[in-house]
Amino acid sequence: MAVYLTRRVIALAITLLVASLVVFVVLEVLPGDPATVMLGVNAREDTLAALRSEMGLDRPAAERYLRWLGGLLTGELGTSYTYGVAVGELIAERVALSLPLALIAIVLSTALAIPLGVTAAAYRNRAADLGIMGFTQVGIAVPNFWFAILLILLFAVNLKWLPAGGFAGWDAGLWPALRTLLLPAVALALPQAAILARVTRSSVLETLGEDYVRTARAKGLDRRAALWRHAVRNALIPVVTIMGLQFSFLLAGTIIVENVFYLPGLGRLIFQAIAQRDLIVVKDVVVLLAGTVVVVNFAVDMAYAVLDPRLRGGAHDL
Amino acid sequence: MTSETLREIWSKGLSSRSFTIGGAITLALVGVALVSQVWTPYAVTEINVPLKLRPPSAEHWLGTDQIGRDVLSMMMLGARNSIAVSLVAVGIGAGLGVPLGALAAARRGWIEEAVMRFNDFAFAFPALLSAVMITALLGPGAVNSIIAIGIFNVPVFARVTRGASLSLWQREFVLAARVAGKGATRITLEHILPNIASVLIVQMTIQFALAILAEAGLSYLGLGTQPPNPSWGKMLNEAQTFMYLAPQLAIFPGVAIAVTVLGLNLLGDGLRDVLDPRLRRAR
Repeated sequence: MAVYLTRRVIALAITLLVASLVVFVVLEVLPGDPATVMLGVNAREDTLAALRSEMGLDRPAAERYLRWLGGLLTGELGTSYTYGVAVGELIAERVALSLPLALIAIVLSTALAIPLGVTAAAYRNRAADLGIMGFTQVGIAVPNFWFAILLILLFAVNLKWLPAGGFAGWDAGLWPALRTLLLPAVALALPQAAILARVTRSSVLETLGEDYVRTARAKGLDRRAALWRHAVRNALIPVVTIMGLQFSFLLAGTIIVENVFYLPGLGRLIFQAIAQRDLIVVKDVVVLLAGTVVVVNFAVDMAYAVLDPRLRGGAHDL
Repeated sequence: MTSETLREIWSKGLSSRSFTIGGAITLALVGVALVSQVWTPYAVTEINVPLKLRPPSAEHWLGTDQIGRDVLSMMMLGARNSIAVSLVAVGIGAGLGVPLGALAAARRGWIEEAVMRFNDFAFAFPALLSAVMITALLGPGAVNSIIAIGIFNVPVFARVTRGASLSLWQREFVLAARVAGKGATRITLEHILPNIASVLIVQMTIQFALAILAEAGLSYLGLGTQPPNPSWGKMLNEAQTFMYLAPQLAIFPGVAIAVTVLGLNLLGDGLRDVLDPRLRRAR
């Protein structure tokens, strides 16, 4: 295990390093002169020169990369060109919205998906199963931003129960803030729940055929108890790992859905930064998001290895 | 593939409900896209402000948008746009990913390790993040969204190809080919790829569906196809502004995306059953 762990940690570090290098090259070396990109071709030469020296662009690229990397590790991410605030602060402020939003979506989708998946498996090929599977097919096909628009149409435009967008802020109190996050979270949760319900169903069906479930039934356990105590518990291992692997979809979904609801989260920050050509913010947020995906995938791999020792032999990439 | 196998696949396909429904939806979509190439009810550049935001009528079956353009015509061209972007993006993904995966399975060792690490790294950039970077660099556009979605597809195909090829390399017929003196490239082309073709075809339909969703998302955000070219995602974005006045505008493009993705997913499920019964899982 120790050897496997060391190998994976080294691989993780290399992946993170390469990802940061790619982000740096794409956003700071390839554009030629990032100062011109940020200020436009008509900018005055002295303004450009001032920005170049402020961003340290007069130094060699390798030195700039190392300095940026050091900043990433210590949390000193530089100052946003358009906001004039430290990028670290800006990100922390936005994460305070995006992270809870993603978490609520995960909780909602799990709460919906597992009972649906288990029910479908328990009533395989019967009406309940067909109905649930039909629902999941539709859930996977509906783009989350369109579902978000439909939710706004129904709950904000027609029923006027919930706001159509914007964020009340955590200072306004827990309920007002959560109320503004409710529709976005539901919009994010639906496709996740659909995929997760399908995985849960096939996973439970597999464990239902295992010997230990048959043994439990033979020992006199009723169908329901055998299902929940033995089949479902064992079926959840792959479900949890799929949840981890879906993380990058959730992340992409959060970025889009935040834009649908005008929520000031990381997703909106990145788009405002692009519109304002604030490369410093774009670079930091992109590397943060890519890094998060890498780390979550790593954690999933590790969880899998802990739960299923057969995978430690190096077959984890299969 | 002999004509007999093709006939067998066809008759099996017709008996699979997923295959027939998914195939019919996909064919209809391709048909609409092809027709839009030569004919649309109105020109999408035809602006008619006095007729703006009209509900569906005999003249404009799906109504008009905020500047009086015909929604049905825009939807038809949107179909073409979605198909074109997704097709090229999946083509890029398969074109680069399949050789990489095949190479990893054939050579093993450090090449395999390098390919898999490249995969780990490429997975870190969901299509949206790649698109964000490309847009920051080059500005938004359909070509950039194709590149972004394509990049995202490369590791998917590399993984699937490697996974499916690895076990084949241990099989007798491959060993026999090696003993007969065939090189790795020839074995890959003559024995490995034909045997994993069905897996790859199924994966392509799945990725095609995901690419349709990704394209819609990118153009919704304004990172994809640019006006005046219509795209379903862009139409939804514009519809959001007029939701109180003309809610129908927010319905049609969404239905088109969902039905297209549903059709492709059903087709993928059907193809899986038809092409490779061994892959039939308890789904």
